Amino acid sequence: MNTVQILFFFLSVLAIFSAIMVLVSKNPVHSVLWLIAVFFAISGHYILLNAQFLAIVNLIVYAGAIMVLFLFVIMLMNLNANAEPRKRWWMKLAGVVSGGCFLVVLVSLVQQALDLTGKETLMKEGNIGLIKNLGKVLFSDFVLPFEISSVLFLSAMVGAVVIGKKD
Amino acid sequence: MTLLAFDWLLLIEKLILIAIIVFASLGIALYTTFAERKVAALLQDRPGPERAGPFGLFQPFADGLKLITKEEIIPGSASKGLFILGPGLAMTAALMTCSVIPWSSHVELFDRKIDLQIADINIGILYIFGVVSLGVYGIMIGGWASNNKFSLMAALRGASQAISYELAMGLSLIAVLMIAGSLSLKSIVDQQMAAGHLWNIAYQPLGFLIFFICALAECNRTPFDLPEAENELNFGYHQEYSSMKLGFYLFSEYINMIMSSAVMACLFFGGYDIPFLDESKLAVNTAAILGVLALLTKIVVFIFVFMWIRWTVPRFRYDQLMNVGWKKLIPLALFNMLLTGAIILWQQS
Repeated sequence: MNTVQILFFFLSVLAIFSAIMVLVSKNPVHSVLWLIAVFFAISGHYILLNAQFLAIVNLIVYAGAIMVLFLFVIMLMNLNANAEPRKRWWMKLAGVVSGGCFLVVLVSLVQQALDLTGKETLMKEGNIGLIKNLGKVLFSDFVLPFEISSVLFLSAMVGAVVIGKKD
Repeated sequence: MTLLAFDWLLLIEKLILIAIIVFASLGIALYTTFAERKVAALLQDRPGPERAGPFGLFQPFADGLKLITKEEIIPGSASKGLFILGPGLAMTAALMTCSVIPWSSHVELFDRKIDLQIADINIGILYIFGVVSLGVYGIMIGGWASNNKFSLMAALRGASQAISYELAMGLSLIAVLMIAGSLSLKSIVDQQMAAGHLWNIAYQPLGFLIFFICALAECNRTPFDLPEAENELNFGYHQEYSSMKLGFYLFSEYINMIMSSAVMACLFFGGYDIPFLDESKLAVNTAAILGVLALLTKIVVFIFVFMWIRWTVPRFRYDQLMNVGWKKLIPLALFNMLLTGAIILWQQS
């Protein structure tokens, strides 16, 4: 095992453990904090793949902005362990079954995907995640989807302004 | 068996560098608290702390000793783990910034070229941005875990303030990046040092102004110290804290001040560049030491300005704060970005 592998397993264990803790925690604030830990672990994986830009943007956008808003809402609504709705046992069972089905679909998809068979991951040496290459690809090969998605953001912004103006 | 094959010397070198920088930041922060009280005294025409040691120089140690020896109280209704995590997070986030700041060029010791920067990553500015956006968790978690209305109010204020001003900060940074064409702080500094190049403040005066205001807001300094508005919220988000946990919160604010001063010096004022001096003609080690001194001088000047503003300007009202952030700074930053882009295009054609 070299350093990269040790880091890979450490981050994977951290990510899975934190993800489980998100589900297990009774208190919504604890769940959000564990989710932040998941994002850190995933950013660590990005760094292992030499995608530093993706790693830091993942942290800025998800851990830095979206999760702050989550915490914000949870704190404002003063949700705590007591406020969590108690579900009946058959609802929990239904959740487990449907979640399990989804997991099976996902696993089989990844296993059978033609794009992935016979490929190796580029640990530490890929360069598509560096900001220079990513920018070039986004503004040449994928310029149309990129611009369309920016129109989507613009419409969200306009919507927010409209809602804010109405009073 | 080479289990972990990498440059152990590099690891040791970096560890020593990290230790030096962290302890230096803590030491400077210690004396920044002293400087704050002295500057306040100067502006209010009173002597300030002067009893402990010559000129009151031992005052920060006395303060620290007081904080450490005070009784530590964790409120019974507080969420204990998070209550302890809060100040720790605030301190960690404050100290993490220093890893990408280029403190000087390189020194040569024992035939090794040692860069005086912990990590020259090619996303340096985004890293700082990420750490800044994490800094808000210290306040939020601390305020929430205290289980106190006023703390929670202050934490929510602090978080919304930080998010609002991060946007304008990011937009003002984009203009700098367009000029530099790089995200690495080291190469931005090197560009400003190169012959025929002015400091970025000459190209980006508006950008600097916006960045400076946002830095004030991100450090929770007056006129943006809404999270600890003591006359509205008793004491702010750290109301329930005592002893060294309170000390960590107060201290992390000073470290944030030092780090944001260092970032401003690097981005807009040439970093470790000494004006009107060609560093390449000096011996390597001399140039490095002079560079550190130059950067420290710039940091001290910025910290003084921070304090000057704190003891001169009154605090914003909450709605005014949001108005300034969203309706003034963001449009200005967007305008600045477009203007910079247009000028760059015009120069290229």
